[in-house]
Amino acid sequence: MADTRPRPPETRPAAGTTGPTGDGQDLQTTEHGVKVHEVPATTTEREFTVVRRSQTQMVIRRFMAHKLAVGSLVVFVLVVLVSLIGGRFWKYGYADITDQFSSPPSLAHPMGTDDIGHDSLAQVLRGAQKSVQVALLVAFLSTTVGAVIGALAGYYRGWVDSALMRFTDLVLTIPSIAILAVLAATLADKAGNWFFVGVVLALLLWTYIARVVRGTFLSLREKEFVEAARALGASDTRIMFRHLLPNATGSIIVNATVMVSVAILTETALSYLGLGIKSPDTSLGLLISTGQQAATTRPWLFYFPGLMIIIIALTINFVGDGLRDAFDPTQTRVRA
Amino acid sequence: MLSFIIRRLLVAIPLVLLSSVLVFLLVANSGDPLAELKGRNPPVPPQVIENRRHELGLDKPLPARYLTWLGNFVQGDMGKSVRGIEVRPLLWQRLKVTLRMVILASILAIVLAIGAGVLAAVKQYTPTDYTFTFLGFLFLSMPVFWLAALLKEYGAIKLNALFGKQVVYTVGAETPNMTGSFGDKLADWAGHLILPTIALALISFAAWSRYQRATMLDVLGSDYIRLARAKGLSRSRVMTRHALRNALIPLVTVVAIDTGAIFGGAIITERVFSWQGMGALLVQGVVQTDVNVLLAWLMVTSVIVVLFNLIADVLYAVLDPRIRYG
Repeated sequence: MADTRPRPPETRPAAGTTGPTGDGQDLQTTEHGVKVHEVPATTTEREFTVVRRSQTQMVIRRFMAHKLAVGSLVVFVLVVLVSLIGGRFWKYGYADITDQFSSPPSLAHPMGTDDIGHDSLAQVLRGAQKSVQVALLVAFLSTTVGAVIGALAGYYRGWVDSALMRFTDLVLTIPSIAILAVLAATLADKAGNWFFVGVVLALLLWTYIARVVRGTFLSLREKEFVEAARALGASDTRIMFRHLLPNATGSIIVNATVMVSVAILTETALSYLGLGIKSPDTSLGLLISTGQQAATTRPWLFYFPGLMIIIIALTINFVGDGLRDAFDPTQTRVRA
Repeated sequence: MLSFIIRRLLVAIPLVLLSSVLVFLLVANSGDPLAELKGRNPPVPPQVIENRRHELGLDKPLPARYLTWLGNFVQGDMGKSVRGIEVRPLLWQRLKVTLRMVILASILAIVLAIGAGVLAAVKQYTPTDYTFTFLGFLFLSMPVFWLAALLKEYGAIKLNALFGKQVVYTVGAETPNMTGSFGDKLADWAGHLILPTIALALISFAAWSRYQRATMLDVLGSDYIRLARAKGLSRSRVMTRHALRNALIPLVTVVAIDTGAIFGGAIITERVFSWQGMGALLVQGVVQTDVNVLLAWLMVTSVIVVLFNLIADVLYAVLDPRIRYG
């Protein structure tokens, strides 16, 4: 985070072109508001001490003022942690068969059991683990791929842009769930693997990020600070990754949160169709698909996996919304 | 205007062609169509398999197979399924079933989204706004199959109990072998359509209403609205005549881009309600490695999506004269 924080262009040293390295080092330290504050601690305090806030600090302050987003972030982090490691600490494993059949939620089985005797909580935890793994992988991969492709298209324009954007159009022409379905059959033995599902999803979902980053790059590349950097002899790679990308961080992070929820919804839908993660392993989509068959008699088998999906997707969407406001320099509801 | 449409078409055609290459590569590698034949017990003589391979053109190189397939496809020949059924009538019949749901759900979603989005924007930061915002986020985060199943398993029973007879159905797209007047048939269709349509519509509604709210807020903050108010026009006149008309335009693009997503959602919704539509055809095609069915399915969907995008582009240009045709 600290490295990618958008810096105001006027204080940006075009390192590598500034001559002695000590010079650049100096600028780096004074740039941090905190460091400035520490220096006068030994001397007498000035009457008005104004500590300059960095961009990151401003974003964090604005985000913290958004109560719903902060609360959602807390819940999301908790749910992700519980999903990833919670299964180990629960007394039943997802494949364990207990002597309780179709029992409604109770203290021993907080989410009840199914007709074979599986503990539902253990199964929901396992399913959530797979879904969260897929979602985080997809968010990471699709954001990285999308940002690089969008950056190249927006920076170089011309035929690079046309080629890459026609390619993203192409990916959008077929419903991703259909491509996934066909691919799942092709690589049937790998299809049950969460890593495979995640990689394929990421290969279909990067287009959104690519479009956003391209748009940002198209407008940023005309700015004076890019011209200045180029005049100082910065290479294309340097301009793209050190000067332009940090300024696009906001929209990239916001879209990464959207990716998490899109990925979780797509993965569970695929499993629901029976084409994603397969039994004996389990996933939230698969649990709903089986739970639905007895939705009226054993509603707990149907409700809990669905609620789990909604909680994960809803909280990350609220976090994304909060971040969108926090990164928006024009928003004035919170003093930052 | 005409040259604009033609230019757009010239972009769309190569896109569809590229898409067909992609689709062909995807399906050609999706498994062995002869697997079922080879796996038969007692084993089929190798000569039969060889003949079948030749018959399906599998002994030719990939580019040649692609060209043969494309040539036939363009002429409307989509080949036969593994069961020997002509693909074109099959696909057409399934498409009609699915389009019924998709079109109705899209219309419902657009109407709801415009209403909710505009209302939320006009009453920004009031309980109305917060309610619609929360609902939008909720449906945005809800898996379509869960919502559909919820409506099916619980909503349908309540609704039918309310009317005292079966008005909504939860299985299939229509009652098989239905006889009766046209009115009865229409009621039967509606009864089957209502729940899947609502489920599908609410999911699209979520994203679109958020978008509509943002656009409306954008317009409401612009100078010409302030001018209209300043020169003494009534609030309601400014809202309907000045703000709303312009705030509706950007939604066109979003709806068009989402066509693919709605189709994807329809596949899943159909599964919940056991419709024999495109979704069932896709899953069946995947399970049976039915190459011709899959090829036709993906190609037709891709053409539909490209077509909708084209329509949106043209519509956008008609609605917003600032778009340059040149």
